[in-house]
Amino acid sequence: MENQNTVTKPAAEQTAVAERTRCGCCYRPSVDIVEQEDELLVMADMPGAQSDAIDVKFEDGTLEIYAAVAPRQEGEDYLLREYGVGDYYRTFQVSEAVDAAKISAQYADGVLTLRLPKAEAIKPRKIAVSAG
Amino acid sequence: MAFGYPTTRHPFHQLRDEMDRLLTGFLGPAGDGLLPAVFRGHPAVNVWEKDDALMVEMEVPGVKTDEVEVSVAKGELSIRINRAAETEEEKHVTYHRRERPIGSFSRVVRLPVEVDADHVAAALHDGVLTITLPKAPSAKPRKINVAGT
Repeated sequence: MENQNTVTKPAAEQTAVAERTRCGCCYRPSVDIVEQEDELLVMADMPGAQSDAIDVKFEDGTLEIYAAVAPRQEGEDYLLREYGVGDYYRTFQVSEAVDAAKISAQYADGVLTLRLPKAEAIKPRKIAVSAG
Repeated sequence: MAFGYPTTRHPFHQLRDEMDRLLTGFLGPAGDGLLPAVFRGHPAVNVWEKDDALMVEMEVPGVKTDEVEVSVAKGELSIRINRAAETEEEKHVTYHRRERPIGSFSRVVRLPVEVDADHVAAALHDGVLTITLPKAPSAKPRKINVAGT
């Protein structure tokens, strides 16, 4: 009798390009992507991950997030099992020009926050008009 | 699921669930990334049993300890989450994706055995809430020695 609208963790559509040796389900983290004046802010819900087991890659405009998550329980007697625990994987094609060298990532309270600063060339620039 | 497990929900929430289901059926799955995932349902829980305790786990990313309220009464565990809305810096910006749930959630789980309500412990690490509900002495398995003649 599973409630139909329980918030479930969707499986990742596509696993990593190179097949991983560890099997198991890969989940697709929910994200918020916010565009600010000078940066893109990506917040991904990845509960239960460890900051040293999270891989963030940015290559040719593709942002790849992967986190290896070890099972938290093994061989338990579940009375109710509404979600699974497993790795997180998601990729994005970033259309804005991003300064790859300045990308920063932070993991706290189960949320991965990535800051992708926009490249200097496309930042809005204010041009002062001088009186003639 | 192997075990039927009744959950008691407030009639208003049941109605909301019903509406969610209807709308989901008509308009395709909710949360396609364009609308904030407010009230998209109630958070999923895992419940398992140990010899001396019931364990309840819920994934609550981005939630701080003071935003969680756990209470046990009349054989029911109730978990209330209030995920803070966007912070100051997120105002006046363009959202390209908005999938993460915000707002309040609550979940009530009916407990299958009697628990020791005074010793319930809850811990929150990396967005995972784990609640340990020690079984009441009457619900613990007891080993009975068989006497020989």
